[in-house]
Amino acid sequence: MARYLLGRILSLIFVLFTVSIITFALMHSVPGGPFDEGKQRLPDAAKANIMRKYGLDQPVWKQYINYMSHALRLDFGIPYQVPTETVTSLIAKTWFITFQVGMMTVTLAFSVGIVLGAIAAYHRGSWIDTGVTFLSMLGTTLPNFVVALWLILIFAYGLKLLPSGGWNEPTDWLIPGVFSKNWILPVLAYALMPMAQVARYTRASMVDALQSDYVRTARAKGLRDRTILRRHVLKNAAIPMVTALGPIIPDLITGSIFIEAVFRIPGLGKYFVTSTFNRDYPMIMALMLLIAVLWGVTYILTDLAYVVLDPRVRLGGTMK
Amino acid sequence: MAVTPLTAAEPSIDTKLTRRQRTLWSDALRRFYHNRLAMFGLVLVVFFLFLAIFADFLAPYRYDQADFSKVLQFPFVDPRHPLGNDEVGRDFLSRLIYGARTSLTVGLAVQLIAFTIGIPLGALAGYRGGMADFIVTRFIDVMTAFPGLLFAIFLITVWGGGLEKVILVLGLTSWIGVTRLTRAQFLSLREKEFVGAARAVGATEGRIIFRHILPNALTPLLVALSFGIPAAIFAEASLSFLGIGVNDPLPSWGKMVGVSSAYIRVYWHVGLFPTVLIALTMLGFSFVGDGVRDALDPKITIRS
Repeated sequence: MARYLLGRILSLIFVLFTVSIITFALMHSVPGGPFDEGKQRLPDAAKANIMRKYGLDQPVWKQYINYMSHALRLDFGIPYQVPTETVTSLIAKTWFITFQVGMMTVTLAFSVGIVLGAIAAYHRGSWIDTGVTFLSMLGTTLPNFVVALWLILIFAYGLKLLPSGGWNEPTDWLIPGVFSKNWILPVLAYALMPMAQVARYTRASMVDALQSDYVRTARAKGLRDRTILRRHVLKNAAIPMVTALGPIIPDLITGSIFIEAVFRIPGLGKYFVTSTFNRDYPMIMALMLLIAVLWGVTYILTDLAYVVLDPRVRLGGTMK
Repeated sequence: MAVTPLTAAEPSIDTKLTRRQRTLWSDALRRFYHNRLAMFGLVLVVFFLFLAIFADFLAPYRYDQADFSKVLQFPFVDPRHPLGNDEVGRDFLSRLIYGARTSLTVGLAVQLIAFTIGIPLGALAGYRGGMADFIVTRFIDVMTAFPGLLFAIFLITVWGGGLEKVILVLGLTSWIGVTRLTRAQFLSLREKEFVGAARAVGATEGRIIFRHILPNALTPLLVALSFGIPAAIFAEASLSFLGIGVNDPLPSWGKMVGVSSAYIRVYWHVGLFPTVLIALTMLGFSFVGDGVRDALDPKITIRS
C-alpha cells in the first residue's frame, strides 16, 4: 500500500516535471514576447531594464532553471498582467470565488444526481425512469454556455426573477452574507451536466447491484426494501461511482471559463484565456501546474477511496 | 409410423438452411433501425449534413453579405430575412445554415486526424508491447495531465485561430482517447486463439494486424467515433464562443452565441437560434452514438 502510494506520487512528480518543460518550451518557442511594444516604442534602455527585471534576457534553459528553483520554494513569480500582485495571491483571490461556485455545483450535482439516479433505478422501466434518462441525456449533451444563455433569457430577461450576472452584488443578497441571488443561475447552469452524469451513473450501478445475487439473498431472508437499499444496494453501487465520478470534481472546482464569462463572475476562469494571450509566462506555468496537480491528486484519492469502500481491493497487487 | 415425423421435419430444416445469413453488422443495423431515439437522432444528423453540403443552394444570401440598414433586425419582420439580421446586418438564416457547414467540417476533420494518429500509435503500443508500449503510455500520461481545453487555447494563441488551425489543434488534443482504446483492444486481442492460429499458419504480421485484429477492434472504435464527432463540435463551439476559434466572416454557432451576449438583453434572436441549433446537433449525434453502442453490443439480445 505504502509502496503503491509512493510509486503513484513519484509518477505524479514525473508528469508535473514533463508538463512544466513542455509548457515552458512551447511558451518560449513562439516569436515575440510579453513586453513587445505596439505603436509606442519604449527606449531601448527601458526595455532592457524590464527584460532584466523579469530575467527574460537570459537563455531559455537558464530561465527555466531559474523558474523551477523558485517554484520549488513555492515562489511562482509576479503576473505580468497584474504586476502589483504575486501569482500566488492573484490565484488565491480569484480561485476563492471559483471554488465557491465549484463547491456549490458539486453539492447540488451530487445530491440531486444520486437521488434521481436511485429513484430511476428503483422504478426501472417506469415513466419516472424514462424521464430521468431523457433529462440526463439532455444534460450531458448541452454545452453549459447554451444552458446558461437559456436560463438568463428565461429567468433574468423573461420572468425578471433573478439577476443576469454579477457576483455578490450588494442588492442581490437574499439573506445578507449567507445566500445571494447571484449564485442561483450560474450554479444551476454549471451543475446540469455533472448532475446528469451522476444520475446516469448512479442508475447504471444501482441497476447492476439490484440484480445481484446478494440482493436476492437479502430479499429471501425477508429484509425490508429500505434496509436492502441502504445496506446492500447503495453500499455496493458506491464503489464504481467513486472511480467514475471522482474525476469530475477537480474539473468543477477549477471552474468554467464559459460560466464565468456569461455570468460575469470575477473568478479564475478569465485568466486561462488572458494569460495565454498576454504571454504572461508565470501565470501560464502556475495554472498548468495547478490543474495537473489537482488531477493527479484526485486520481490518487479515488484509488484510495476504492480501498476504503471495497475491502476486497488491494492496491499494487499485494495480497495479504 | 416412425418414419413420418422425420419426413415432416425435413422442410423445416430446409427453410432454416436457406434463410439469409445473419452477421454482426446486419443485426446491428436491424437493432439500430428499431431504436426510435437513434432513428430520430439520425434524422437530425442527416438534416444538418444536408444543410452543410448544400449550404450554397439553401442559403438565401452569402454568409458575409451585410446590409447595414438592417443591423440587428428582429426575426419574422422582414420576409426577405425571415430570421432577422445579425450585429452587422448579415442575414441570420444564411449564417445559421453556413454555421452547420463549419460545425460538421470540424467534427469530421478532427476525428479524421484523431483516428489517423490514434489507431497506428495504439496498435503499435498494444501489439508490440515492450519499449514502444512504455513510451506511448508515458506520452499519453503526460498528455492527459494537460487540461484539454486549456491546451487547445494555448496552442491557438501560439499558432493563431482560423478554421484549419482549430481543426489541427482539436485533432492534436483528441487522439489520446483513440490511442488508449486501440491499445487496450490490441492488448487483449493479440492473446486470443484466432491470432495464435493465424500466426501458426504463417500469416505475416501486417496481415494479422489488418485482417485479424483490426476488424475485431472496430466496434468500440466505431462507438468512439460516434461520440467523438459531437465532442469536437462542442469544442469548436466553445473556442469560438471565447472568440479564439473560427475567424470572421466565417460563421460558427459558438461564435454567434459568444457575440450575442452583448445584445441579448434586447435582441434575443442572436443568442437563441444558434444555441437551439447547437443543442439539436449535440442531441442528434448523441442519440446516434447511443444507438450505435446499443446496436453493436452483442450482449443485448434482439427482441423481435
